[in-house]
Amino acid sequence: MVDASLRKVTKRFPGIVALDEVSLEFRGGEIHVLLGENGAGKSTLLGLLAGMQQPDAGEIVIDGKPVLIDSPRRSMDLGIGAVFQQLLLVPSLSVIENLMLGGPWWQPVKRAAALRRFGELATALAIRIDPHAPVTALSLGEQQQVEILRALWREEKMLLLDEPTSMLTPQGVADLGRMLRRLKEKGVALILITHKLLEAYEFGDRISVLRQGRLAGEIDPEHMRSLSEGERTAEVLRLMFGTAANDERRRGAPDLAALTGRKAHRARPIDRSKPPVLNVSALATERLVGETALREVSFELWPGEVLGIAGVDGNGQKHLAEVLAGQRAVAQGRISLAGCDVTRGRVPQRRLVGIRYVTDERLGEGTVGTFSVAINLLLKEIGAPPYWRHGVTDWSLIHASARDKIRDHDIRTPSERTPVGKLSGGNIQKVLLARELGADARVAILNKPTYGLDLQNQRLALERIDAAAARGVAVIVISTDLDELLEISDRIGVMFQGRLAGIIDNTADAERKIGSLMTGAKSAAAKSA
Amino acid sequence: MRKLRIADGPAAAVLRVLLPVVLALVVGGVLLLALGKNPLDYYAFVVERGILRRGGLQETLTRMAPILLIAAGLIVAFRAGIWNLGGDGQFLLAAVSAAGLAPVLDGVLPRGATLLLCMAAGALVGAIWSLAPAMLKARYGVNEIVTTLMMSFLGVSLSNVLIKLVLFDPATTVPQTRSLPVDERLPRMFGSTVHSGLLIAVVVLVLIHLLMTRTAFGLKLQVLGANRAAAVHAGERVERLTVLAFVLSAGLIGLAGAVEVLGVWGTVRADWNPAYGLLVVPLVFLARLNGYAVIGFTFFFSALMVGGESAAHRIGIPQYYVLVLVSLLLIFLALVEYLDQSRRKRLAV
Repeated sequence: MVDASLRKVTKRFPGIVALDEVSLEFRGGEIHVLLGENGAGKSTLLGLLAGMQQPDAGEIVIDGKPVLIDSPRRSMDLGIGAVFQQLLLVPSLSVIENLMLGGPWWQPVKRAAALRRFGELATALAIRIDPHAPVTALSLGEQQQVEILRALWREEKMLLLDEPTSMLTPQGVADLGRMLRRLKEKGVALILITHKLLEAYEFGDRISVLRQGRLAGEIDPEHMRSLSEGERTAEVLRLMFGTAANDERRRGAPDLAALTGRKAHRARPIDRSKPPVLNVSALATERLVGETALREVSFELWPGEVLGIAGVDGNGQKHLAEVLAGQRAVAQGRISLAGCDVTRGRVPQRRLVGIRYVTDERLGEGTVGTFSVAINLLLKEIGAPPYWRHGVTDWSLIHASARDKIRDHDIRTPSERTPVGKLSGGNIQKVLLARELGADARVAILNKPTYGLDLQNQRLALERIDAAAARGVAVIVISTDLDELLEISDRIGVMFQGRLAGIIDNTADAERKIGSLMTGAKSAAAKSA
Repeated sequence: MRKLRIADGPAAAVLRVLLPVVLALVVGGVLLLALGKNPLDYYAFVVERGILRRGGLQETLTRMAPILLIAAGLIVAFRAGIWNLGGDGQFLLAAVSAAGLAPVLDGVLPRGATLLLCMAAGALVGAIWSLAPAMLKARYGVNEIVTTLMMSFLGVSLSNVLIKLVLFDPATTVPQTRSLPVDERLPRMFGSTVHSGLLIAVVVLVLIHLLMTRTAFGLKLQVLGANRAAAVHAGERVERLTVLAFVLSAGLIGLAGAVEVLGVWGTVRADWNPAYGLLVVPLVFLARLNGYAVIGFTFFFSALMVGGESAAHRIGIPQYYVLVLVSLLLIFLALVEYLDQSRRKRLAV
């Protein structure tokens, strides 16, 4: 069984020490979870083992011998396989073709041998995927399974996983967990990176917590077993955020209950005798290849209310957000805001009446990465006064207003002229929230508002949503994180195959009802809306 | 180690441009040496003929007019993320239209009106010639590199056909359009041979630069060019913006064709095709899509062309050597840019 360790490894990048004398042990037959906030050094550590970077000091020891991992190929030669956050498969090729890539160029491809190896690994891991299916036909979870197969293709020795659950459905997470346990039994050393505490407990035999490049502490398997779940949580939180009450990092650090999603079930006082602000009836969108269209979606939304939209990813959530924002055409049905029909309006008209949309694709469509923070703060207002007069840009006014927003929303950026793409994910999200949750917002749609953010920024985003609701904005939060929805929403709707399977009040038995709605079962409980 | 601190400020910007120019001249000089020619003689000759001599300078300035207008058109397209590589067809068809229309209007309308109408016609024809690629791109996402290039071949051929079958002047043996008398062409400036098309070109280029950098419309086009999905997300009418960018770009290139005919030639011969369309592309990128910088590069390039043409006769260095210099310039520009970027990354805090 493999035995790998890092000995006082240090890695510096310009201006920061990403890893500072970190020593860790990885053993075969053990799932070692690396936990830490964004920028704590988790991904850097993984990069060192995968041969993407070399340590500036310290050494990596595998099976007792110090090794130099100076390329990804060298890493693979050592039996280390890595699965990164972004999937790196060739979409137009089949599964087996993807797995055969990377062999020496002079060798003919050995399809039969590859298929044998595929069968062997697939059986061992209980994976049911057609090796001849094109990658485009696979779900994200299945694609990730193929990535894992590829990482183990040459040798089942060591497997690195960088936030493997971030894009999986609950079912996908369960499948992944089963697969990891099988690998563990086979003696593979597993290293799993995450910033979700519950996952760390669920999967991890050993948990190491990184904080600002340092190893803040480790909970070994014996210690883990000796602690109750509450004690474990307390221990990990202590390691992640430090203990001293006046510790600067502690300020704004989330409290224990919020972090673990235990604060749940709420209902803001909402006067439902008044007319709703948003009225959606029998809404449908055009069906396109690879997308789930909406079918007969109806709901009402009152000012100051937060409606959570739960559901397995890809059940029409994206269409719902886009059609409400005016970015996608309505095929059938009606949308009205405060009694006015806005069904035909496009994004500018919808914005004018106060409908706002925070997309989950922050850099993909939410911002122009190469443009300044200032322009991105006004991206949806280009041409509007007072920043443009008769179409002529008033740059000094734009920059001055951007400086105000940067200050008010605590956006950490060197300047308002910095390209937004250079900011961290949390700060890009602050730019979007500043743009969309302004004073004249009436209905705000937020798609996965905390996706990919670290705990503090997740907390901050949820606080902003809460504050908007308190101002009377009607909010729709789409998320695949049920704990988050249980914490923030008054009511929760569940999307299933393009339909709103039901809307339930956020009460104590909400999880159970949501669970059954998510799998398509129509329950009596769903009629409460 | 001594740290080079040239990252910012105007001096650094000038250095980033001048360094590739110097490197290109040096390496080009080595090539000339290898061919047994004295590079210093060649460069001195080019400078003397292209800039220092009055006649040469006038010719250089005259040459700039169409190039500046084409550059203005390309700036619009490239900033909007559209590869309009159909400049030759748009330019030539517009030139032929202006050349065909001018003799008809001449004498009927006053000179100013004739010239204005012909320029408008050129711009219109250029714009129309881009409509097919524009619609295909806007509606169906068809790659405009392919469609504009194909339309360009068609445009060049159609120009030929028009001259030979419709617009030919029966009084000449070589197929060409009826000539516009010299006195009826664009007026010359300050007692020189430089026609006022240069003035038009500079004014239009500056206006286009301001349009792209100081107006909402320009910013929308730039958003479209930088991230199409973001433009959709922000609710811009992406299809309409795409078509507008095409039409504006091709219209300016058409204007270039009209100005060249109305200012210099007065007629279009069937075999005439200066093929500026693709030549100007590297210039525009050298200038980083900046209108003011384009003026400087165009002057440099025009002087090189004019000087290089005389050098071809007098020193025996083929005119194509000018293209070699431009290519070297591009290579070094990219190289300096790359080194500068990676140096910035290292210095970044």
